Amino acid sequence: MRNCRRLLSELKLWTSGRSKWTRGLNGGLGGSGKAFLSTSGCPKVCIVGSGPAGFYTAQHLIKARQDVEVDIYERLPVPFGLVRFGVAPDHPEVKNVINTFTQTAKNSRCSFYGNVNVGKDVTVCELQGAYHAVVLSYGAEGNRRIGVPGEDLPGVYSAKDFVGWYNGLPSCRELKPDLSCETAVILGQGNVALDVARILLSPSDILKKTDITQPALEALAESRVRKVLIVGRRGPMQVACTIKELREMVNLPGTRPEMVTADFEGVSEALKDVPRPRKRLTELLLKMALDAPGDKELERRRNAAKVWGFLFYRSPTEILADPGCSRTAGIRLAVNRLEGSGDAARAVLTGEVEDVSCGLVISSIGYKSLPIDPAVPFDSRRAVVPNSVGRVHQAAGLYCSGWLKTGPTGVIATTMNNSFDTARSLLEDMDSGALDVSAAKPGSQAVSSLLEERGVKPVTFSDWEKIDSLETRRGEARGKPREKLLSVEEMLKAARS
Amino acid sequence: MAAAVAARSSMGLTLRFSRVIPDCRPCPLYRFKGCVDNTAGSQRTGSFDRLRTINRHLQTSICLSQAEEGSSNAEDPDDVVNVVYIDRSGERIPVKAKVGDNVLYLAHKHGIDLEGACEASLACSTCHVYVNSAHLDKLPEPEEREDDMLDMAPMLQENSRLGCQIILTPDLDGIELTLPKVTRNFYVDGHVPKPH
Repeated sequence: MRNCRRLLSELKLWTSGRSKWTRGLNGGLGGSGKAFLSTSGCPKVCIVGSGPAGFYTAQHLIKARQDVEVDIYERLPVPFGLVRFGVAPDHPEVKNVINTFTQTAKNSRCSFYGNVNVGKDVTVCELQGAYHAVVLSYGAEGNRRIGVPGEDLPGVYSAKDFVGWYNGLPSCRELKPDLSCETAVILGQGNVALDVARILLSPSDILKKTDITQPALEALAESRVRKVLIVGRRGPMQVACTIKELREMVNLPGTRPEMVTADFEGVSEALKDVPRPRKRLTELLLKMALDAPGDKELERRRNAAKVWGFLFYRSPTEILADPGCSRTAGIRLAVNRLEGSGDAARAVLTGEVEDVSCGLVISSIGYKSLPIDPAVPFDSRRAVVPNSVGRVHQAAGLYCSGWLKTGPTGVIATTMNNSFDTARSLLEDMDSGALDVSAAKPGSQAVSSLLEERGVKPVTFSDWEKIDSLETRRGEARGKPREKLLSVEEMLKAARS
Repeated sequence: MAAAVAARSSMGLTLRFSRVIPDCRPCPLYRFKGCVDNTAGSQRTGSFDRLRTINRHLQTSICLSQAEEGSSNAEDPDDVVNVVYIDRSGERIPVKAKVGDNVLYLAHKHGIDLEGACEASLACSTCHVYVNSAHLDKLPEPEEREDDMLDMAPMLQENSRLGCQIILTPDLDGIELTLPKVTRNFYVDGHVPKPH
């Protein structure tokens, strides 16, 4: 097996060497050399970001054309983006997709280069010079701000950072959220909000068998949070979570739901004509909020030490500080009413406000893509790269997929389709000639020498496998599927061991 | 081959009593999963988590081995189930499969582009297919967990199912499975994400 892989990598070396050789030939032979090259050079595509969007784009390209070579660049030394750093630790089934991505990464026409920060270590222009096409799929690493006074008080966190903290994202390692208060308020009612609520309230017995980081596990075991309020601007018919996540909350051991019955007025009547997913989701909400629980459920709720609930029709207007102005003590919420109905309903302020005491506010109102390089068009209002089916506007040879292309919504199936679409656009352009692949490009070889000059040493996929096996071994010792390395330094050390 | 079928159905018989809604799927792992879910539906204990993990591995490996057993040359004609996949370009791809095959892994075996991101553990909807009306009713009702995942499937229809939950039975001979058309025009420029 090892021999076989070595053979493959030598073969790869040989191919890249050959393209360099033919490039030289091209220089010498002029026009006739180019004709020769059109059959010998293979299309080289570079993908920026190794999350689901990057890997699904790579997978489709490699499957659809036998001659395409794909290189995936990743800022961190470890691959898989939000599958590793976003998916909740108690959702291991969702992470099975890593097996599919690993297959792609091990394809002889795919290479992974971790620890390369595109935009800093190498520019998009340089990548465009080295490859026939560049696909940007670096996701949405920023977060939308609440935009209210007090937002920067200690005790206020973005869900992105909080999730990054319990999932071992190196940049969130030092977050160390203060969990010494009784009540936590989460702003937003999407799946990320519910993930955060679930992790805050889950019994340690459940969490300790997941790949949650050890510091997070210990902090959560010490947590004094007993109540989690999940706040939304609009009503029960507009919650953004999906039913699986809601059901998990409903069944979460040691917790009981607490809802305001009046919030559900008129909801069952409005259910008749809504599409099935919304209907089933709302029915579950109604059942939980309004139905008298059976004996077993009643018993369960009686014994629950922790409480969670949706707080509807509320917009934050201010985070309130304690008397010393040193940390969060509460949140002021404006009461809304709805104008219109269904998905299009708008929250309108009634003028009423109410204060809720809480020591922890986690804002989960959406992720946001950030521009990576001034050379790439960016729509800062919508926080996406302007594109048509993945083709970046006014930038030939530049494509985008995933959340950078659509905005940060949807589940893995959505990102998969969206990435396949981008790959199809790219392939169409190769076939139609809109994307010129006739001239040989140096690909990773040129980028490698640039990186070497700049003192950047990429992490290959087999380097990652060293990190992976170390993490798995560390996890085994603790009865967890994995114990993640928490800093880039540790990761690099393991990769180079 | 026949022995394997016999083994499967006898296992099925043993486990049938543990399911709330009995059916006649001969796939042993399906029953195992059903039985695990039923016992652990209301509470998540440590043992459940362990069971679930074991089950996941079992499920994947059994399904894989079924797909790899070589369904195209099933020796017993009674064991053959004819399946037609209709791919995203509309092309019909007839496949000879056998009783007990899982529609997701059968597709993989024949190079049909049906993804299975979560590897049949009911955590995604990437193996979403449409089932022809003649065979839709012959399938057992979806479990709640399958319905929950289908709710997340792009382009959900009344005849939507998850491929990984369809285990072939003799009844399903002639079943036609259509892969949803790609969402080409879903995210063209100007797409506005739904408000939260």
